[in-house]
Amino acid sequence: MALLEIRNLSVEFETVSGAFRAVDGIDISVDRGDLMAIVGESGSGKSVSMLAVMGLLPWTATITADRMEFNGHDLRTLSGRARRKIIGRDLSMIFQEPMSSLNPCFTVGYQIRETLRLHTSLDRKARQTRAIELMEQVGIPAPEKRLSAFPHQMSGGMSQRAMIAMALACEPKLLIADEPTTALDVTIQAQILELLTDLQDRTGMALILITHDMGVVAETVKRVAVQYAGQKVEEQQVEALFDDPHHPYTAALLSALPERSQDRFLPTIPGVVPGQFDRPQGCLFSPRCQFADARCRAVQPQKASAELGYALCHYPLLHGEPQGKEASA
Amino acid sequence: MLSFLVRRLLTFVPTFFGVTLVSFAFIRLLPGDPILLLAGERGVSQERYEQLSAQLGFDQPLWKQYIDYLAGIFQGDLGTSFVTKRPVIDEFFALFPATLELSLCAIVIAILLGIPAGVIAAVYRGKFFDRTLMTTALVGYSMPIFWWALLLIIVFSSGLGWTPVSGRISLMYFFDTPTGFMLIDSLLADQDGAFLSAVSHLILPSIVLATIPLAIIARQTRSAMLEVLGEDYMRTARAKGLPPLKINGVHALRNAMIPVITVIGLSVGTLLAGAILTETIFSWPGIGKWMVDSIFRRDYQVVQGGLLMIATIVMIVNLTVDVLYGLINPKIRKG
Ligand SMILES: Nc1ncnc2c1ncn2[C@@H]1O[C@H](COP(=O)(O)OP(=O)(O)OP(=O)(O)O)[C@@H](O)[C@H]1O
Ligand SMILES: [Mg+2]
Repeated sequence: MALLEIRNLSVEFETVSGAFRAVDGIDISVDRGDLMAIVGESGSGKSVSMLAVMGLLPWTATITADRMEFNGHDLRTLSGRARRKIIGRDLSMIFQEPMSSLNPCFTVGYQIRETLRLHTSLDRKARQTRAIELMEQVGIPAPEKRLSAFPHQMSGGMSQRAMIAMALACEPKLLIADEPTTALDVTIQAQILELLTDLQDRTGMALILITHDMGVVAETVKRVAVQYAGQKVEEQQVEALFDDPHHPYTAALLSALPERSQDRFLPTIPGVVPGQFDRPQGCLFSPRCQFADARCRAVQPQKASAELGYALCHYPLLHGEPQGKEASA
Repeated sequence: MLSFLVRRLLTFVPTFFGVTLVSFAFIRLLPGDPILLLAGERGVSQERYEQLSAQLGFDQPLWKQYIDYLAGIFQGDLGTSFVTKRPVIDEFFALFPATLELSLCAIVIAILLGIPAGVIAAVYRGKFFDRTLMTTALVGYSMPIFWWALLLIIVFSSGLGWTPVSGRISLMYFFDTPTGFMLIDSLLADQDGAFLSAVSHLILPSIVLATIPLAIIARQTRSAMLEVLGEDYMRTARAKGLPPLKINGVHALRNAMIPVITVIGLSVGTLLAGAILTETIFSWPGIGKWMVDSIFRRDYQVVQGGLLMIATIVMIVNLTVDVLYGLINPKIRKG
């Protein structure tokens, strides 16, 4: 059985201007030791769907799912107390802004040891030893000294390493990394990604990497889910996806990569992700899709087969050609 | 930390001189000739007037008076009361424990109730408790102290007969007061009922004096908590699986305390102002009542010296708060 199994997850926010569906019918399945990425533009519901799994959404959010299981626990019916036993221990998450994600009033050491005190039976001395070990593991030099540092005394990259150390404290089965490098500069980004995949490899935990950077995906993960406007539009192994994207949105994302552009100008995807008030009737991508026709604009598409990357499209691409168009025309 | 302390101590110096100047100028700018006012209806002869004037130094030029005043301060001499003929500084220290006891009780009540109330209101924002608390705090903040004191006296002293109306302890008790704190001295005296009597005398004035700081602290705690609860590190705390009590009571409160401590420090000024009214209403023999009585008696030396002492205490408290602030906020400690 999969470690994390999600079927038809939707999240709706109650807003002053009515309900807003930030996540719309997403399926995710993660096995032990899996390494996958969720990719999508800003606002496509990547963070919200994972925060739903962690149970960290505000009360304005309504979560519905046909299935939502982690390590044999049904997350939909779990009590707050039971969930708190799992998150931070077997299921960890790190965030986009490392500098503001650490509490400025406590030393880094306190914040790491706090997790250990909460979830393990280690005594004071063992916790300190473990904290030092964790700091070494995430590549922080002079760990003993760094443990007594306050967050404002550390750089962004260092803070993110400390966050990773904290998340790894209880050897989680799954780590969710929500854009862990977006706020860092490029050289540090590469180091942190390498650290994450290295740790994933060594500890055998599963890792979900949330990113909007296709370049990161190519170098880091095995499997990719592409998300658009709250829906999962495609999922494939990473080589296959880069080789032959089946959803027009994926194809457009890939051709916007500088490395792949043959042109002097970088192609962009015209238009923006639909928001609360301009959700199209049919396929959500249809207003921006170069292949869209009347059917796309009127009817919501169904998921395609596994061979076609579960593409949420009426005419999934095969080697760049939309399929099944003649039949309907 | 050390350089922070030194820098902070240095700002103390000009402020202190400012205060001496103000307290000096204050009574000299008041309308009326102090000696004539002191003499009252009976008036004085020209001879006696000059004698008094020389005795009090009023015949000297102003700058000379000020220099003498300063010189006196540095020798611990704040002048002598016209009325009791005792040194002002002695009177001050005899009465100060009463005020300190009352103020400490008031600030403890304000902190112990205000901080938890503010935290709960923020956590349950917009709910019944929050709205009730905020309305109550607004009322508490805007209520005239003397009116509120009289209301409590009418209900609890006259009506229910639960608490005495004035003084620090029932007149039937006599004992030494080595510490000046009635709560402690009555315990040390070990006389039946003395401690309870002290408590019952203290309770209404403390509540009255605590009201405004309580309202201020509760509101400040709530708004500081609301700000902190939206921070990224609060999400991190929840992602660790910490229980709500730890999340709100440790991770949020520690950050929210930074502005609250400043407000507590600033409310010491409010507290001393409130003490003047409260002590007068409850005949509480502290420096507030002493100052008011001295103003009515035109006892200028006392007003001048008392003013200086009160201002100095406020400054010392503010200094302490700044140091505490540095201790709780690591960003400053470093600087
Ligand atoms: N608490 C909330 N209340 C209302 N709407 C929300 C809330 N949190 C997120 N949203 C909305 O949900 C949508 C998805 O947000 P989400 O943060 O998951 O995007 P994302 O894919 O993570 O984007 P990014 O790359 O910017 O992090 C956005 O339109 C956002 O405005
Ligand atoms: Mg996000």
